[in-house]
Amino acid sequence: MSQTLTEKPIIPAAATETATGERKGLTRKEIVADHPTWCPGCGDFSVLALYFKLIEKRKLWHEKITTISGIGCSSRFPYFVQAHGAHFIHGRALPFASGVSLSRPDLHVFAFSGDGDAFSIGGNHFTHTARKNVKMTLVVMDNQVYGLTKKQTSPTSPLGFKSKTDIWGAVDYPINPAKQAIAVGASFVARTTASNPNHVLAMMEAAMDHDGFSFVHCLSECVEFYEGAFDAANPRKGGAFNEVPKNHDVADEHAAYKLASADFPGNFGVLYKVNKPTKNAREAEINASLQSKFTGLKDWQILQKTFDRMK
Amino acid sequence: MSDTITTGALSSGGAKKVLRINEVVIRIAGNSQDGIQAIGGFLARLAGRSEQEVMTFMTIPSTISGGPSIFQVRIGSGEVLTSGDDADVLLCFYQHSYEGHINSLKKKGLVLYDSDHVVPKEEWLADYHHVGIPISSLTVEAIGGTAKDKGKNIYSLGLIARMFDLNVAKLEKLLGERFTGKDPSILNNALAAFHAGYANSPSNVMETFQLADSQKKGGHQVVMNGNEAIGYGLIAAGVRFGAGYPITPWTDIMELLRRELPKYGGSFIQCEDEIASVSMALGASFAGRVAVTGSSGPGIALKTEAIGWAVMAEMPLVVINVQRGGPSTGMPTNIEQSDLNIAINGGHGDAPRVVLAPANVEDCFYMAIEAVNIARKYNTPVFFLTDQGIATRIEAFTEPNLEKVCQDITPDFTPVASYKPYDLAAQNGVSPQVKPGTRILDGKYPIATGLEHDEYGHPSGSPKVHMLQNAKRRKKLQALGATLPVPKVYGPSEGNVLLVGWGSTEGPIREAVDRFRAAGDSVSAIHLRHVNPLPNGLENIFSGFNHVFVVEMNDEGLYGIGQLGTILRARYADPKIQGINKTDGLTWKVKEIVELVKAKAKK
Repeated sequence: MSQTLTEKPIIPAAATETATGERKGLTRKEIVADHPTWCPGCGDFSVLALYFKLIEKRKLWHEKITTISGIGCSSRFPYFVQAHGAHFIHGRALPFASGVSLSRPDLHVFAFSGDGDAFSIGGNHFTHTARKNVKMTLVVMDNQVYGLTKKQTSPTSPLGFKSKTDIWGAVDYPINPAKQAIAVGASFVARTTASNPNHVLAMMEAAMDHDGFSFVHCLSECVEFYEGAFDAANPRKGGAFNEVPKNHDVADEHAAYKLASADFPGNFGVLYKVNKPTKNAREAEINASLQSKFTGLKDWQILQKTFDRMK
Repeated sequence: MSDTITTGALSSGGAKKVLRINEVVIRIAGNSQDGIQAIGGFLARLAGRSEQEVMTFMTIPSTISGGPSIFQVRIGSGEVLTSGDDADVLLCFYQHSYEGHINSLKKKGLVLYDSDHVVPKEEWLADYHHVGIPISSLTVEAIGGTAKDKGKNIYSLGLIARMFDLNVAKLEKLLGERFTGKDPSILNNALAAFHAGYANSPSNVMETFQLADSQKKGGHQVVMNGNEAIGYGLIAAGVRFGAGYPITPWTDIMELLRRELPKYGGSFIQCEDEIASVSMALGASFAGRVAVTGSSGPGIALKTEAIGWAVMAEMPLVVINVQRGGPSTGMPTNIEQSDLNIAINGGHGDAPRVVLAPANVEDCFYMAIEAVNIARKYNTPVFFLTDQGIATRIEAFTEPNLEKVCQDITPDFTPVASYKPYDLAAQNGVSPQVKPGTRILDGKYPIATGLEHDEYGHPSGSPKVHMLQNAKRRKKLQALGATLPVPKVYGPSEGNVLLVGWGSTEGPIREAVDRFRAAGDSVSAIHLRHVNPLPNGLENIFSGFNHVFVVEMNDEGLYGIGQLGTILRARYADPKIQGINKTDGLTWKVKEIVELVKAKAKK
């Protein structure tokens, strides 16, 4: 019988232990790869540093993490992390990450994306990956502008934002990512901002621990093309960092939707979290049920049974 | 029916007699909801169980429900290469089926019509032997008033069974298998309809026919269509993950894999769109499960960007393309071979990939395994080109030895000391794959990427690196090309005309060669199953002929030589390579090829 998708792969013991016994967690030095190509001051540096911290803190090993992205400034992410990674095509990180998640229950799957990648060209996949509740964590670093192509309007740019494609100011209504995520069935939705490192780490940890599709919407300033965009959420710039009210029921979909609808900068924290069966679990159930009819048979014997009916 | 016996046989008078025949072509014409595919399927399966050769051809309307549809089945005791140009028997349920298909019947052939719906035409009575049976009302009489149109297909199967002295016990068994597990009254109704048809011995069909015993002996046969053969071939190859989006005529394969893969611990995921499905398959391939995606027509166009990524990232992937008539939505249920260009060149940049094209249903099974193994060995996307004709064509073939052919391709996660995913020193450019979950002891981990990259997968803008990596990606396919077998020449290896085909057209091309040779003309053929890269050494075959005609079901194009023709011209720069092309949406008839070759060779 070949390895099934639902059982954890057999990893040779040598892979998980050192000669001296228990493997130690990784140090930051061991996780860092290429120096980021981002502009000095970019909010994405903060998210990357906290991803490193998450790996250190939670003692994740190189080979157990996959870092997956599409295209955009933020999507350069995998090159900066010393782990198995994939830099896929524009907008399609989520179906790619779903392919990893659904075939490898032993891996932590992290996808990093930007507002254009996740909500514009990849908008359809955002909807369907959320609705299918595929187990993975998606962190969207939202700077409300196209940075890699140098200042065009993005799907989250506010009305009136002046860009090279809207020299008179943006005229299209922006997407509210958290509202959209709740509406399409994401089972974990959190908001954070790169200017509050401890909070980013807390949200990434909570997202990683959630069994399902976990979405972290992270404001991440583009100092080059949209400076000051998130000052209103940054106490150091005279803004206010308001956490989700203590009495908010994260399982209450309507309350979460209402909270997500607040005017900018709104509230930060876990807006919505509900436990429901993942796509991974559903597929595993289907497999278990069908495989139970063929217990003890080799793959070729199962196929033989089918061929016997075609004679 | 075999030439020696059919002429006039059906119309000869006298006592009932049994004529032995070598083959028969039956065309059943009705509407798509009449279950005529089911009759054809039963006949094909019966032939397979009787060690007979069989080939079918069907057309379906691209409407949601209803519309004219035909099913043609050719059963023979000897080799059957095509579903037959002209039918011996036309079974027609409606006036439009009668009038629309009489031209596909041989002169003096038998028209078996439902006299409840069909009024024969005076002018055709002399040319064809007409037998009218009130099939609809007799079916209702046999199985009850509520049956309406349901069941007349099984009644007709009974008629045909009697006329061709088919094995009743075997047919009853097939009916039993088909309707197993359902309400027992359904099987009882089917058997009642079958026996009513069988008992109706039309007084004006004076003869019954008996197919000669098959010349084929040994091994059991399995009977399936091309789409099924691909699905089971992928399972045998060890593929356990796939993703797709519904589109005709690819959908059958995804339905089969969705249903079957869980039995083997695998999954097939229905995605939100074509791009998601190729992306998800690539994610699984990246994770170590050589995955499959597929589509037809417009869906393939949507996948091309991601396929370019697979070339760049050197990711194994099997892409099934069940071709249909294009461009755009085109002719969804028609047959065409016009996706060769997109398979070989689709997408931007220099993106070499493998293209395979199975020649028949059996080939679909074995080549699916070959496709998976090429994808794994060379870390490349492999296009698998079939078409609407082969997808729904039912054939019988020797049952594969599954214990031998089934593979286990579970990935290996043994730690490695160090790893360069895009190692420029790798022999022939083929570098092995190390998958997530594998520990790399020097602590340097790879990135699978669509950006031009260094040997570790990190971005590089160096012109030199781009040229070296382009060469790496190219060299892999050149190395594969050197291992491919040179196709055997069908017929003598020297002569006047060489026909070159690819994919599903092997049968009619070979039958055309047989017909030419029987008439004393010097015509041979080769058939290409590996289309990109091409095997080496074709020039040695071409040099033995005055003319090389590439027979394809696509437009002749701006320069008059078709899609494969253009590639062969480019590689061999030989003006004797010419195209024989058509785009009428139907399989090649043998006589069409014969006529076009004659006309072209004269020029």
